[in-house]
Amino acid sequence: MAISLTILMDGLIYAAWLFVVALGMTLIFGVMRILNVAHGSFYAFGAYTMATLLNLITGAGLPFAYGFLAIPLAALAVGGGLGTMMETGVLRWLHGRDEVAAALATFALFLILEDMVPLIWGLDAIPTYQIYGVLGTTDIGGMIFNNYELSFILLAIVVGAITWWGLRHTRQGKIVLAVIHDPEAAQAFGINVRRVFPTVFAIGGVLGALAGAYSAPMITVYPGIGVEAVILAFAVVVIGGLGSVPGAMIGALAVGLARAVAVHLLPQVELFVIYSVMTLVLLFRPSGLFAKPVARRI
Amino acid sequence: MAEPVAAPILAVEGLQKRFGGLTALGGIDLAVGKGEVIGIIGANGAGKTTFVNIVTGYLKPSDGRITVNGIDVTGLPPRVMTRRGICRSFQMSQLFASLTCLENLVLAHAAAENGGWKLLADPWTADRLARAEEGLARFGIADYRDARTATLPQGVRKLLDVVLAVAARPHLLLLDEPTSGIASDQRFQIMDVIMGQMAECGVTVLFVEHDMDLVERYARRVLAFLDGRIAADGSVAEVFGHDEVRRAIVGDHRATRRPMGPGQ
Amino acid sequence: MPMPRSTGWLIVIVFGGVALGGLGLPAWMISVGLSAMSQGIVVLGLVVLMRAGLISFGQGLYFGLGGYAVGVLSLEFGITDAFLRVIAAALAAAAVGLLLGCLLRRYRGIFFAMLSLAFSMIFYGLLVKNQNLGSTDGFRVLASTFAGRPPTGGANQLWLFLFACLLSAVCALAVHRYFRSTLGWLATAIRDNETRVEYLGCSVNAAVHLKLVLCSALAGIGGALSAMTVGHIDPAITYWTTSGELVFVAILGGAGSVFAPFLGALVFQVVHTLALAMLPHAWHVILGGVLLASILFMPDGLWSAIARRRERSHG
Ligand SMILES: Nc1ncnc2c1ncn2[C@@H]1O[C@H](COP(=O)(O)OP(=O)(O)OP(=O)(O)O)[C@@H](O)[C@H]1O
Ligand SMILES: [Mg+2]
Repeated sequence: MAISLTILMDGLIYAAWLFVVALGMTLIFGVMRILNVAHGSFYAFGAYTMATLLNLITGAGLPFAYGFLAIPLAALAVGGGLGTMMETGVLRWLHGRDEVAAALATFALFLILEDMVPLIWGLDAIPTYQIYGVLGTTDIGGMIFNNYELSFILLAIVVGAITWWGLRHTRQGKIVLAVIHDPEAAQAFGINVRRVFPTVFAIGGVLGALAGAYSAPMITVYPGIGVEAVILAFAVVVIGGLGSVPGAMIGALAVGLARAVAVHLLPQVELFVIYSVMTLVLLFRPSGLFAKPVARRI
Repeated sequence: MAEPVAAPILAVEGLQKRFGGLTALGGIDLAVGKGEVIGIIGANGAGKTTFVNIVTGYLKPSDGRITVNGIDVTGLPPRVMTRRGICRSFQMSQLFASLTCLENLVLAHAAAENGGWKLLADPWTADRLARAEEGLARFGIADYRDARTATLPQGVRKLLDVVLAVAARPHLLLLDEPTSGIASDQRFQIMDVIMGQMAECGVTVLFVEHDMDLVERYARRVLAFLDGRIAADGSVAEVFGHDEVRRAIVGDHRATRRPMGPGQ
Repeated sequence: MPMPRSTGWLIVIVFGGVALGGLGLPAWMISVGLSAMSQGIVVLGLVVLMRAGLISFGQGLYFGLGGYAVGVLSLEFGITDAFLRVIAAALAAAAVGLLLGCLLRRYRGIFFAMLSLAFSMIFYGLLVKNQNLGSTDGFRVLASTFAGRPPTGGANQLWLFLFACLLSAVCALAVHRYFRSTLGWLATAIRDNETRVEYLGCSVNAAVHLKLVLCSALAGIGGALSAMTVGHIDPAITYWTTSGELVFVAILGGAGSVFAPFLGALVFQVVHTLALAMLPHAWHVILGGVLLASILFMPDGLWSAIARRRERSHG
């Protein structure tokens, strides 16, 4: 009983984390048809920026509440800044070029950004525990959970709800949904698809950075977290179907719960479990759960 | 209506295809005899290309059965259909853009002849080269032998598309608008070449065509597609005179050119 | 048009010449040459994929498999024979390529690249967790023996160099032969128009699968040679940045000839040696920068050899 509760809560926390990282990636793909390999850098830069801010805040003796303010600050600065730079500096110029060109370009960006992390922040892990404990703990069915970790579930729900609302009820959101659903039809209806690119890319970046910044107090911030994040996000996103927002949610839940089960019952196979879920889904549904395979029209 | 076909090379029963909510084919029944030359007509979006796509295995039918020489082939992929002698050309020509005409054709011959381990053999045998040159010459496009196909004029592309389709020596050939995009004064010439070659080898041909003059000239039998079903199936005269077909597809084509037919 | 048959002889002459030259080269050049040849063989495999319009961000997986196959062979079975090592590495990598190919063969473009990356990072994760294989520190690889001849200190590196020349020539000849086969020509065809290939009666997925096995085997051989050269293996050889370097060499070398991967690798190794001395921490920044610049400013540059030339659609 206790173990299944722990598995459930751990799974949900991990799923929440995966969802926030993957959401940005799937949004960008859905609209721009670019799988941003450098999405991991949003995450890494978000986490590192948060770490820096946290250390500044505690260094200056400010109250911990400022630490929470730092989270949106880091997310917006990194996602907005880096995202805009990538979009206007590189991706914009690749429009209409081969798909491989865009893939290689984001891969090259990832190589650059991942090596800039140790250049800026050094090779050692940065301490980020400062606000991890301040929210206290909760007793659920006799098990003690850290409230900061639990709050990640809340974050995922809030982010998911805002995204859902934004897609359904704002003009830009409706355009984005139309483009994801059928880019050709959207173009035919006179929607200038490219107009929404910079915004979507920046939002995707902010989401990636937000995941990084929010995670920073819970994880060890060291070089290499970017690539871990992007590969897990990719697994989640292909399970759900690239470009699908509900798909990202289901994918995150599947991977999160599967991993939690493995961690608690058979820790040796943790890595395998995550990718087995992905492989299994792809074997039976090559385009993921929520995306339909489309044959080229001839 | 068409007479019953004794031992059909191609038989289609209750063929349906739905794309989401859209019914592209709503129950096609058809039997094609060996050596027949059949024209397929129909307005844009009537389901002609979808029909060709399903028969050759590019799309899977939502319902129905396809048999070739009495053997069920429903749902088999294009490569298997090709190996069984069912080939096609495309409405939008499908060529290897970075290869020359000759390379396209040699590769087509090599691929058709080399299965399995033989794929490791060099495709450029003297014999194949000679046959490819001859093939280009027969269709009158020998001049473009060394031109990359991306640079070809539209008419040549369409012809090469057909040449590639017949490289595998089909028994049954489906042509999807072989003359679309070609100037009307060249259409007869091109169709003469294609149909002449096919008749020589006794190939059964189904061709989709919008140009009614061509249909009249080459088809012995016509299928009229209307909103995903066959509205009329019979000789040229029968189908062109069919009320529904006249209204929706043929228009006054016959009336203006040959003032005779049902009702006149 | 058919490729000139003389290329085969050229391969023999070039690598024969390099081998002869090796007898008079200083030790550091021997070691740069060895690294270039091991990398060149792996990139040769990437070129096999590139010709079909495919790019892999996870080639480090097979490269690392080759290296670990060599290491495990001496660790567990005490086998140090160079020929056996290379054969085992090639088989191990090909087997994994065959297995993963069952899934990968259905994907193209970025999906193919990213799935490859994901698989390579799983392998990396497994290696890091495996204490028996030395976790992140890896372990030492015993010096190679050649047909029973025991290793002899300094001269061993020279023997290895000659062996590498032989291996490179064999791989280059094999790939050259493959390029000339129907299957090799089908690569261009697949890149240009998969639909037509299917309608010619060939299975595109099966062809892709075969290419995948071939390129994994080559990566395994390169990995084996690299492990034998360095005398040490650790999980870093399977890390995604290793794959990134391989992609870099493949793109800049281009898919035009079997010599390109080796030339590209040689240039890479020289620049790498210099850059590491001058800018030890910004190496991948430079690498990514050059790659990015070549994509942005040379749209028809070498890398575009892999871009799909789709048939334009006319009415
Ligand atoms: N892959 C597809 N996905 C969704 N709808 C499709 C697809 N292919 C065809 N359709 C639809 O099915 C219907 C029939 O199309 P089809 O291409 O068969 O018509 P056609 O008779 O060949 O027309 P045309 O004369 O313009 O070539 C059309 O409404 C088309 O939009
Ligand atoms: Mg059509």
